[in-house]
Amino acid sequence: MKSWIRVGVVVPAVLLCMSASCWAQVSGAGEPPPIDAGTTAWMLTSVALVLLMVPGLAMFYGGLVRTKNVVGTMMHSYAAMAIIGVIWVVCGYAMSFGADVAGIVGWDWGKFLLRGVDGQVMPDYHVPELVFAMFQGKFAIITPALIAGAFAERVRFRGYCVFIALWSLLVYNPLAHIVWGGGYLTGEAIDFAGGTVVHISAGVSGLVAALYLGARRGYPRTAMHPNNLVMTLTGAGLLWVGWFGFNAGSAVSSGLQTAQALTATQAAAASGALMWMILEGLVHRKATSLGVASGIVAGLVAITPAAGSVTPAGAVILGAAASLICYPGLMLKARLGYDDSLDVFGIHGVAGIVGAVGLAFLLRDVPEHGVATQLWYQVKGVVVSVAVAATLTFALVVLVDWLLGLRLDDEAEMAGMDHSLHGEHGYGLLNPT
Amino acid sequence: MKLIIAIIQPDKVDQVREALYAAEIYRVTISRVTGHGQQVDPELYRGQEIAGNLIPKVRLEIAVNDNFVQPTIDAILNSARHNGGEVGDGKIFVLPLEECIRIRTGEQGGQAI
Repeated sequence: MKSWIRVGVVVPAVLLCMSASCWAQVSGAGEPPPIDAGTTAWMLTSVALVLLMVPGLAMFYGGLVRTKNVVGTMMHSYAAMAIIGVIWVVCGYAMSFGADVAGIVGWDWGKFLLRGVDGQVMPDYHVPELVFAMFQGKFAIITPALIAGAFAERVRFRGYCVFIALWSLLVYNPLAHIVWGGGYLTGEAIDFAGGTVVHISAGVSGLVAALYLGARRGYPRTAMHPNNLVMTLTGAGLLWVGWFGFNAGSAVSSGLQTAQALTATQAAAASGALMWMILEGLVHRKATSLGVASGIVAGLVAITPAAGSVTPAGAVILGAAASLICYPGLMLKARLGYDDSLDVFGIHGVAGIVGAVGLAFLLRDVPEHGVATQLWYQVKGVVVSVAVAATLTFALVVLVDWLLGLRLDDEAEMAGMDHSLHGEHGYGLLNPT
Repeated sequence: MKLIIAIIQPDKVDQVREALYAAEIYRVTISRVTGHGQQVDPELYRGQEIAGNLIPKVRLEIAVNDNFVQPTIDAILNSARHNGGEVGDGKIFVLPLEECIRIRTGEQGGQAI
């Protein structure tokens, strides 16, 4: 509550101070730098690929819940496309990639509503800035959508919408700025495509929200089977495809590093899936489809921070390590009994940390300051992400719950979100699960 | 022996199942059905309210021995009503059950239920 008030006072004040200094800089443009057509073409493709991950995620999550919640769960992803899609244009880009304010957040009136961005070509990438802004915007959309899996099947739609809007403004944008946009970790921690900013922050936020909201009614006594694993597998496939834009697009180039990131992505996803298959084969004598889907995602998450800086062999190791650690982690979750319903922390949080820390040992080129220093930078990046995401998410969850109510009441939860929140149902004549 | 067929609202499945469970009635077959009744259920389709002409319901089939008939009916009545009773809450049919055979053992009659 207090931090919210503080931010409410600080942010507008900061915006006012910054406005005068940045305005002149935007309008006074000389000859624009030339556009690199190859890079621009690939970045345009990447924008579309990363957006494809959001419906992919909707299918992945939608298939995992019970029949009565399939529409409500998919709506969480689509609502993020709508809400964050607007916020990003209005002020998200300005807050993430505007001029640095105290190392914590950016601001630039020229980027407000993308006004000054409209005709800009980025001098270092030779790409229209709008393409870069839209590319980054897709990351801002998918991150809060990821969180929704942790409190699936028991959250009110209105509360969720307000929560992700505030979360995007107060957690995502500052984190993106701190790690990528010129904030105080930029240039220290290697986070190629969002291991800390996207996956660790989403995983930790999901865990905090799930713990605050409590378990679903009947969990873990009642069996809660996925309603449609076919859809989940399709979604996992779309995530894999989209991730090439997510990682290889993060090079903001169309060259060697793009190829390296793309290869690492492919290798880690495959080795994550393979390792999960082997583990399940050893433990249960049966490889499950959900296991393969989980392994794919674990491998992809782990390689996300590392895609630009590890060798193909390193990517194989990182993907396998992610599954090796996530798999027993999920077993442990079942023991601990908390209800991170779709394992947002168990996969995105844990594999994100595996990738962010593990990459220090697998670097293609060891930096001048040595592995130990880099490891320290990586750990620092993880700790900052965890701390920022956990504290602010807790504050936001309490605030939204107090303002609007975040947890669904018992009756509506039993009836299912589709009926009680949206007045719809997902399927025709399918049997209830 | 009786066969109890109950047609209930889909959003009450969990409540009814829990009530049956509490009354120690564990054996039930559940299917999704559609049909006509007194109730009109407006649905939203692209922002417009439309009246679906076939309304989805859930059908429970429960085979019970005679002394379990009333507890089953009570459990459903107490759990399937919306706000103390609304049009569309459904119906319960009680049918005589001629025979019941457990496939695994070939047992017949009341002990097979």
